[in-house]
Amino acid sequence: MVDVTPADAVPPAEVGEMELYHPHSWWTKYVFSQDAKVIAIQYSATATSIGLVALVLSWLMRLQLGFPGTFDFITPEAYYQFITMHGMIMVIYLLTALFLGGFGNYLIPLMVGARDMVFPYVNMLSYWIYLLAVLVLVSSFFAPGGPTGAGWTLYPPQAIMSGTPGGQDWGIILMLSSLILFIIGFTMGGLNYVVTVLQGRTRGMTMMRLPLTVWGIFTATVMALLAFPALFVACVMMLLDRTLGTSFFMPAISEMGEQLPHNGGSPILFQHLFWFFGHPEVYIVALPAFGIVSDLISTHARKNIFGYRMMVWAIVGIGALSFVVWAHHMYVSGMNPYFGFFFATTTLIIAVPTAIKVYNWVLTLWRGDIHLTIPMLFALAFIVTFVNGGLTGLFLGNVVVDVPLSDTMFVVAHFHMVMGVAPIIVVFGAIYHWYPKVTGRMLDETLGRFHFWVTFLGAYLIFFPMHYLGLMGVPRRYAELTDMTIMTESAHHLNSFISIMAFIVGFAQMVFLFNLIWSIRHGREAGGNPWRATTLEWQTPQTPPAHGNFGKDLPIVYRWAYDYSVPGAKEDFIPQNVPGAFAPSREPA
Amino acid sequence: MAETTVTHTGQMRPRPAGWHGIAADWASDQRAFKNVSWGKAMMWIFLLSDTFIFGCFLLSYMTARISTRVPWPNPSEVFALRIGGQEIPLILIAIMTFVLISSSGTMAMAVNFGYRRDRRKTAILMLLTAALGATFVGMQAFEWTKLITEGVRPWGNPWGAAQFGSCFFMITGFHGTHVTIGVIFLIIVARKVWRGDYDTGRPGFFTSRKGRYENVEIMGLYWHFVDLVWVFIFAFFYLW
Repeated sequence: MVDVTPADAVPPAEVGEMELYHPHSWWTKYVFSQDAKVIAIQYSATATSIGLVALVLSWLMRLQLGFPGTFDFITPEAYYQFITMHGMIMVIYLLTALFLGGFGNYLIPLMVGARDMVFPYVNMLSYWIYLLAVLVLVSSFFAPGGPTGAGWTLYPPQAIMSGTPGGQDWGIILMLSSLILFIIGFTMGGLNYVVTVLQGRTRGMTMMRLPLTVWGIFTATVMALLAFPALFVACVMMLLDRTLGTSFFMPAISEMGEQLPHNGGSPILFQHLFWFFGHPEVYIVALPAFGIVSDLISTHARKNIFGYRMMVWAIVGIGALSFVVWAHHMYVSGMNPYFGFFFATTTLIIAVPTAIKVYNWVLTLWRGDIHLTIPMLFALAFIVTFVNGGLTGLFLGNVVVDVPLSDTMFVVAHFHMVMGVAPIIVVFGAIYHWYPKVTGRMLDETLGRFHFWVTFLGAYLIFFPMHYLGLMGVPRRYAELTDMTIMTESAHHLNSFISIMAFIVGFAQMVFLFNLIWSIRHGREAGGNPWRATTLEWQTPQTPPAHGNFGKDLPIVYRWAYDYSVPGAKEDFIPQNVPGAFAPSREPA
Repeated sequence: MAETTVTHTGQMRPRPAGWHGIAADWASDQRAFKNVSWGKAMMWIFLLSDTFIFGCFLLSYMTARISTRVPWPNPSEVFALRIGGQEIPLILIAIMTFVLISSSGTMAMAVNFGYRRDRRKTAILMLLTAALGATFVGMQAFEWTKLITEGVRPWGNPWGAAQFGSCFFMITGFHGTHVTIGVIFLIIVARKVWRGDYDTGRPGFFTSRKGRYENVEIMGLYWHFVDLVWVFIFAFFYLW
């Protein structure tokens, strides 16, 4: 792809300089900051903290599953609460917030060559409302009756009945309120990300020159702005069912021999609303991962991304298709068989753009100058993990295969591989990649390699056996499996093994956190562009970038983001802001 | 907020034809939508997202109404007013709709005068729009009161499906909240216009940034959207 602007043909700036808010005090600089980079770090820190809660919850679940009956305090109710909060936190409060609020805020303005997000004040509000949502969520742990135990899908009618932990207490109310707050906060941030990418790019930065990271985050944000409304509506309606006694989702139902006041609602309606959000949500966390991993592979294999345009179209195509597949989560809910046929077809069609992406990653690696740096290791781990999880998705996308596998450990293994482990592995790779830009220092290499191998191998040792358990018929969401005939001796052993692995992998994350904190002061000096990368965030005059990102003049973009190993060029990379077909070697400022 | 300057978008290179041309236009340099300011782009995208919220609300209401096995109350009778001894169906709602649609007209005039830098007329028309919006919310409060005294509750009503009250209060309440927020912001923007903030470049209290007369138009986009949504609620809830 030859797409280089001659130095004398750069179009004039269409938009005047942005009016930046200059902080006057420590508070406005570091706490109520309007700088996207500070907001990004606030988002990331909050998401990581709440993610640690989810990690501990997963340990508690594994304690119960691996060593049933040993820990008295894990009652079935507590187990359901753990499982619900683990799922909800991981999907929404960690992954969505980290990819879009964290990476989106940090990388979008830098990568498109903007001073900041287009509406810094709204961006700041976005974080504080997100924090409020997290606090409301956490408060449910201390509320009477504890957090909700309805499962992360919150299916009615059970979600608001007294048999479910938190159903008739505070748990479900706080959960729904927290989600509503999250959506409001996210919308504020999301509008910023979308408008910054569409309207706030620097001179020469056409959309087809955007790094794929930006494409991934951008498309995911657009999807989130269209998918979260369905969750918002579902939350409002369930909140009304719970607090005012309406019957949107509640059919005529009796509990403990007593007729409830509800009548005539449709639980299936909730499922449709939930999955109209829920399936795009899978890609809301996957698309940023796709984008980031493309950039990691290209940079660390010193080779231009294979099929850039196809990569862009695949991202957009996956985004669009993911809105017409939602009912494949509902094959066992009771649907017209023709609907099952339709949704199975659309689901399998998604495999096409996804496969294009996987082939392009592999073809980017092919005959590349592969540097096995830690970000690259994570990127490679992502490809295999994603292929693994994606292939089991083909099983579950087919109605007849899904029905017997539904609600077994196979499903747990599938979605953990494809939207748990795979995106989180990309998060790790991205942190190792961009940490030098954020702090000016490299993360420790030895600790990093330890972290990688334990996490990567450990994740497989956790989730591979789960496929097997699922095929045996071991159900998910059961607090107690001991007396089931399908649970053979060896299956119990396998469960204990999975649990031990889970503790080991969890422990490796503590090493990672230690590395994150330790390296801020003691890491090796990174310089401005340690990976010798082409994208604009590595060309900033200061590292970490100062307020306003680019010094006096915004960079001008002359080429796409992937000019690695250009034949004839002196260096094996040409930054996007270097004019000329073959640029001279450029000193970092 | 960056100034929007009307620039020539002269291409330095020949534009590709066909599909490639369409893709190149959308992906074009610096801005995908030429001469659309950041604020306006953000409002449009927000409205798109909001459309999905109202769409989900209305679809849920339709699902409930279609699938219920108890009779649905007849809107013509429920929403009738007794005036001069006559039951007049939908009269209040007709007036409300008329008021709200009229407010779109005054809003459009405000935008026009805003671009002519006629501060006084702009502010007066915006306040008039806000007054009409407040009237709408007031009549809505009257309608709610009437229905509540007749025994309609979110969880039930004397005439049929319980979902009638649930959907009615939820959807009109959500729309009424939108109108109320609109009224508040109309007053804020009208005050800024009146005081000449957009001429003097006085920074906003919260954002510390200068506003522009375009804010009147962005406010107008929101207001017209709220009116448009009302037309759908009117059609699907009251006329069905």
